[in-house]
Amino acid sequence: MKRGPQRLPHARVDTGQPLTFRFEGETYRGYSGDTLASALLANGVSIVGRSFKLHRPRGVFAAGREDANALVQLEHGAWSEPNARATLTPLYEGLVAKGQNAWPSPAWDLLAALGLLKKVLPAGFYYKTFIWPNWKYWEGLVRRLAGLGEAPTAADPQYYLKQTLHAEVVVVGAGRSGLEAALAAAQDPDCRVLLLDEQEEPGGSLLASPDPADRAWLASRLERIARCPNLTLMPRTSVNAYHDHNLLAALQRIGTALGPQADPVAPREISWRIFAGRVVLATGALERPLVFPHNDRPGIMLAGAVREYSHRYGLTLGERIVFFCNNDSAWHTALELAEHGLRVAVIVDVRPRVAPELLRRATVAGIVDRLGYSVVHTRGRRGLRQLVIRRLTEGGDGLQGPRETLDCDLLAMSGGWSPTLHLYSQSGGQLKWREEDSCFVPGTASQAVTAVGRANGDFPQPLHTQAYWLTSGVSADCQWVDFQYDVTAADIQLAARENYVSVEHVKRYTTNGMAIDQGKTSNVNGLGILALATGRSIPEVGTTRFRPPWHPATIGAWAGIELGTLYQPFQRLPAHVCQVALGAQMADMGGWQRPEYYPRAGESEAQAIAREVLAVRNAVGLLDYSPLGKLEVHGPDAREFLNRVYVNNLTNLKPGAARYGLMLNERGIVVDDGVVVCLAEDHFLLHTTSGGASAVHRALEEWLQCEWLALRVLVTDVTTQWATLMLSGPRARAVLAQLPGDIDPSRDAFAHMQFRSGSLCGVPVRILRASFTGEVSFEISVPAACGQSLWEALMTAGAPQDITPFGIEALMVLRTEKGYLHVGSDTDGNTMPQDLGWSHAIGKKPGDFIGRRSLTLEVGQDPQRLQFTGIALLDETSTTVSGAHVLAGDGGGSAGYVTSVCFSPTLGRTVALGIVAGARARLGETVAVYYEGKTQPARLVTPCQLDPEGARLQADGAVPVTGASRTATPQLGALPPVLTARSPVAGDSGIARSAFRLREEAGLELIRLQVFHRSEGQVQALATHLNTALPGPGIAHRQGSRRWLWCAPGDWLVAVSAGAGATELAALRADTGELLALATEVTDSRVTLRLGGARVRDVLARGTTLDLHPRQFGNQQCAVTRFAGVPVLLLAEADEVLLIACRSLAAYLLEWFGAASRDC
Amino acid sequence: MERYSAFSLLKHALGGHRHWQQAWRSPELKPQYDVVIIGGGGHGLATAYYLAKVHGISNVAVLEKGWLGGGNTGRNTAVSRSNYFYPESTRFYEHSLKRYETLGRELNFNIMLSQIGIINLACSRHELEIFRRWATAIQVQGVDSEVLSREQIAAMVPLLNMSAGARYPVHGGFIQRRGGISRHDAVAWGYARAASNLGVDIIQNCEVTGIEVSDGRVRGVKTSLGTVRTDKLGMAVAGHSTVVAALAGVKLPIVSQTLQAMVSEPVKPCLDHVVMSPMVHCYISQSDRGEIVIGGGADTHPSYGQRGSLQSTEAVLNAAVELYPMLSRMKLMRQWGGIVDIAPDASPIVSKTPVTGFYISTGWGTGGYKAIPAGGETLAHTIAHDAPHPLVEPFSLDRFARGRLIDEGAAAGVAH
Amino acid sequence: MMRIECPWCGSRSEDEFVCGGQSHIARPDPSVASDDEWAAYLYQRDNPKGLHHERWLHRFGCGQWFNVVRDTVSHELLAVYPMTAPKPELPDTSGGEA
Repeated sequence: MKRGPQRLPHARVDTGQPLTFRFEGETYRGYSGDTLASALLANGVSIVGRSFKLHRPRGVFAAGREDANALVQLEHGAWSEPNARATLTPLYEGLVAKGQNAWPSPAWDLLAALGLLKKVLPAGFYYKTFIWPNWKYWEGLVRRLAGLGEAPTAADPQYYLKQTLHAEVVVVGAGRSGLEAALAAAQDPDCRVLLLDEQEEPGGSLLASPDPADRAWLASRLERIARCPNLTLMPRTSVNAYHDHNLLAALQRIGTALGPQADPVAPREISWRIFAGRVVLATGALERPLVFPHNDRPGIMLAGAVREYSHRYGLTLGERIVFFCNNDSAWHTALELAEHGLRVAVIVDVRPRVAPELLRRATVAGIVDRLGYSVVHTRGRRGLRQLVIRRLTEGGDGLQGPRETLDCDLLAMSGGWSPTLHLYSQSGGQLKWREEDSCFVPGTASQAVTAVGRANGDFPQPLHTQAYWLTSGVSADCQWVDFQYDVTAADIQLAARENYVSVEHVKRYTTNGMAIDQGKTSNVNGLGILALATGRSIPEVGTTRFRPPWHPATIGAWAGIELGTLYQPFQRLPAHVCQVALGAQMADMGGWQRPEYYPRAGESEAQAIAREVLAVRNAVGLLDYSPLGKLEVHGPDAREFLNRVYVNNLTNLKPGAARYGLMLNERGIVVDDGVVVCLAEDHFLLHTTSGGASAVHRALEEWLQCEWLALRVLVTDVTTQWATLMLSGPRARAVLAQLPGDIDPSRDAFAHMQFRSGSLCGVPVRILRASFTGEVSFEISVPAACGQSLWEALMTAGAPQDITPFGIEALMVLRTEKGYLHVGSDTDGNTMPQDLGWSHAIGKKPGDFIGRRSLTLEVGQDPQRLQFTGIALLDETSTTVSGAHVLAGDGGGSAGYVTSVCFSPTLGRTVALGIVAGARARLGETVAVYYEGKTQPARLVTPCQLDPEGARLQADGAVPVTGASRTATPQLGALPPVLTARSPVAGDSGIARSAFRLREEAGLELIRLQVFHRSEGQVQALATHLNTALPGPGIAHRQGSRRWLWCAPGDWLVAVSAGAGATELAALRADTGELLALATEVTDSRVTLRLGGARVRDVLARGTTLDLHPRQFGNQQCAVTRFAGVPVLLLAEADEVLLIACRSLAAYLLEWFGAASRDC
Repeated sequence: MERYSAFSLLKHALGGHRHWQQAWRSPELKPQYDVVIIGGGGHGLATAYYLAKVHGISNVAVLEKGWLGGGNTGRNTAVSRSNYFYPESTRFYEHSLKRYETLGRELNFNIMLSQIGIINLACSRHELEIFRRWATAIQVQGVDSEVLSREQIAAMVPLLNMSAGARYPVHGGFIQRRGGISRHDAVAWGYARAASNLGVDIIQNCEVTGIEVSDGRVRGVKTSLGTVRTDKLGMAVAGHSTVVAALAGVKLPIVSQTLQAMVSEPVKPCLDHVVMSPMVHCYISQSDRGEIVIGGGADTHPSYGQRGSLQSTEAVLNAAVELYPMLSRMKLMRQWGGIVDIAPDASPIVSKTPVTGFYISTGWGTGGYKAIPAGGETLAHTIAHDAPHPLVEPFSLDRFARGRLIDEGAAAGVAH
Repeated sequence: MMRIECPWCGSRSEDEFVCGGQSHIARPDPSVASDDEWAAYLYQRDNPKGLHHERWLHRFGCGQWFNVVRDTVSHELLAVYPMTAPKPELPDTSGGEA
């Protein structure tokens, strides 16, 4: 076969733009507009790769997504992509590719020897052998032979974006029917129409037409589309999945070059989530190959592909072309090729008769016809050389007459057309079989979707297809059905013979249709062969379900930018800057970045933790404790509510007093604990475990909204409104006393488990005296924005007292020494309060509480329940780990486990806690502790190992437990008279790209207004009281200097201008009368970002699924929504958007926007 | 039954493979059976096989609504392991894993069990402590499991994301080396072939439309192919347990949800273990065919739709790329969903019921495949003796009223 | 990703919500409920193949719980109503066993 780079005149490639590329080490030339496949063909490369099982030579066989033959390993190193389709890879300068599944090369592949074993490797052979002695001895070999391309070994150098779109009408496929459908839908100016097309340019099969009229038609439609403001054409976009509620998942290719020369700024692909009102599928049809002996030889192609390579790419693929078909479309193609000067020698048609008109035109074109014939053999080593044909018997089920040999170098075959209904089927639509065209067409739809054009079985010219599923009368052994996985007609017949007669069984047993093309060309032929083999009709056989994706889709595109630090949202502490400055070892805890410990130069982790522990025991330590959950409960029924929520009886908890409380779920399992503070008769502050606040809040809201609707209670999560620092140690008082404020920290004025609120360094403060360390501790809360300033002030004030910052690890040691329970560590999902020694308290508690009834089920009475206990190793010099088990006395397995372990620098030995079967009754018993094959004796002891009588909580001043080295007292530095509020993004200039801008908005102050127990009545009362209409969802309601932003029923953010916050707050409190509603300043606990630029809504659509079209989300409209995985409030202001979120998320959001706007 | 072997393969090759026997018969539905099993998936077929093999009860019908092995048996990620926390679970799943180790030979059908090891990744200090607790619990019960350090994991799984930039850096983990994957269809087909050979009638495309109960006893089953008399009825219909049990008037503490799985295009071998991460939520392995097999969590709402939602696909693949950055440029080839039955403690229910003669095997959640051999064996025993097999006594239907839940998640400190 | 009509915020996509499972479950009086009744309340669910009355939380929006009638096969939403409203009677469109 002679080839040259010259192209036919009407080709759509730009011969003015030559491109060089490498394949299998050879350098070739192609043109802009080529695909790798067309360029390889142009250069006479007939063998591109090898098949999966038998390593048969594979060349380009089709022109689009249905081609499963021409697979290449594209590019190399981190850029490497396995199984790339040559037919779908637009050529670019410097492209590098090699063939797959071949050694040393596709042209000369030694593994082709496997072909010799073909006879003993029928479908499912591996189920019948490799059983003895054991599969594992064979697997290695089989595994190495399997697979196609090579997986990359490095991270992807390119990135991907995910973005949401909303449209009233989505048309899939920009061929003739798609273009018409889209333009028709766009007549309505209010109708947003999306036209998605997966080819490099729109036009579908029109691109393969040499007819000037077709090209003119296409050009005119594209012009009209360009003028249509409500119609968006998205080329290079394939719709991969059709989900419930008319949601489409599509993938758009952005760049063309995929190697190191790729654009570093643009994403490689964008993954679109498209919410559609109505979907029109104009997805065309796929041509089927014919099944006959040796039909897989390079040089045998689909007729439609020959048409496309000839006219679209201007290639002369053959000097002597033969057609083999069972329908009219191939005749039209053949005649068209002949008209354009290609040499079509013969048309072999299995049909005994065709329309006289076709015959006449063929004769005129000098094409010989062979009606009622089939190809029975093909010859040629590296390409096609000869065909052998033979006449079919009348029924078409056998052969007769002499064999006739035809010379030919290209066979164009057409076995009929199958409408592309993958998406239709994914949508839940039923398919029905149409006998006359032997193909499936749309049946009943189950969503708002219609198919048009060929996808609907409406072919431009009648096909007059005659079903022809395989060639009877000759061996089925080499009649290939699935070219990539080497499945033959014989394999399908074998499956049927062995009673694998369900279409799904055949697919799985023979692997027909399971290759990378997912059966695009093999499924229907397989069905036909199975139907014949089992004497059923195709509708009786049925079809396998089409699964997403329609076309293999880049995995990274589904992941988008949510990788690395952005994989999940993270929250930062108010004093994060200080922690980093102190060199803290940070770790993620419940989504918060928290210090584990503060290593000093040359210190090991253990040394650092021990130092911090001793500092707290001997002097004073400081911990950023802000993640500690804080919920406020307001309302006349607050106390009643809490009595139902907590195991404890809170009836007699007086204002200013605090009490440790335990919370269960309805199954009686301990889910949270913390200190409950009574602020006023109808106002409480609940502390939850760190990071537990939102879960507890959700649970409480569910009870209030779904079960206890009568309770007049309002629950608010104030965790991030307050920065909470824990000052702990014998000198804590001395440090706190240094700061100017109206709260007297002295022992007599401020007892343990008391709470005070007032002011400190000029800002509002809440101080709780509780202890999780066993030392005198003050949990000091100030407005979040002042957290960093308070940290600095305390460090300064504490310098003379040797104040030491300590991390979570030291805190865990301190609380373990004291035997303080840590829910989640020392409890598991079965722990009930009686396992923690609460039976007595429960006995005294009147009335019901969540989970109480479950405690009385049989399981709650079991004496062998795992109970909380201390565990003391008999050998004090040894240690163990959390996770070690306590062995049952009878040696019969586990009797519980160690839940907390630390080396106590205070006691100079290991201290351990655990939950052990019946432990509370077994105090003093010796048990065996097991870990990694080692068993050691231990004694069950009371959890508290240090200061059991709690004297240290009463301590005043220093009571060293060990000879603490006291360094020279530094001088007390200057204390700030007033704490300063700091922005969570201080020092970050925001983002300024050409099409996207982000900066912190400092011009707003925010007040949150919530009506008590959010009943309609209360909202009405408030409205009357303020004599204004209170706004509902959607619109930012201006009322004088105030802008009301609806967040939830009876819950608004009131935005006022900077500086006006305090006065407006006072005014609002006065206006609302504090009985009706709760007004709080929340500017400090939020971050407000102002987003702008031409592409601001694009960037936003990468973070939220909200419909951001100006019609839905116009000026002054607002919405509370999910953005980048976190809750935010969005407010449109002209062409800018304000985003209000929790301040602890500021750093996360900035990083997210930075990544999501890279291409802007 | 003609034995499969390399020899039989050669012999048939000479005959052009024209003389292979049917793998299983397709008999007519008889009017009466000693035992009827509803559900022709792995569990149902295994139950029938053990009824015939162990208990000599071969007048058994397996009724399958669609095609055998077409439910979760043919939709799961084919993982087998016995690394459970509670002795009740470990005993059961270890028995099942042991069966799997010899199943290919027992059924004379290659199920391609490859014991490549299951690695669980711990991505925080706390998780590592939980995993130590978990791994040790398994050891204490005499089953293999080893705690792995971060360094060991880095060496065993070179393509894993070990960068400091990872959101949840790998702290360590543990491995069960005997855990692995196998060929799910082969398990269904192998049991079907063996059961059919022992006289069991496998009836496909036969939907149960009613269960006849009188005086609290099972009397028969109404099907799309006619009524069948029987006084012993076993149910193994993952996904539809509550629907079918309701036909007998039995209510179950079960919720059906969609679980999806997906595979990449086939590539040459690159992943040598099954890797799971609870924190970066997905599990990943590579099939013998070369596809990367990826699974994750179930959709969180009740569903009978055998299709996954976009957000779960995204979540699972997001996690996969976070764990294995090299997957990013590979392509997803196929994604599908199955309906899983989830009990309140996410543990199975293999039990008698208030209706005499009605026995159920359900609640397998996301772990039914690994349980097939033991599930079938114990349900067969329960049916044959009208008394629970010792291995499944703790998994009875009445455990909930006693609060005797077997909640593997609970051991990890998860309260739910 | 389903589209769910929040009674307050309007149509939003599923990822803003949390499904709370079956709705209209009466909490029995703990002082009189038998173990079986209590266990049924904790664990027994209808799990129909077809119309399901369930409650959803607009977690990333207004934070409100509300009821939904949803087809567990097609995932189509047939009704949305507040917690305070009674169970609406609807024809089962899924054909149950279909």
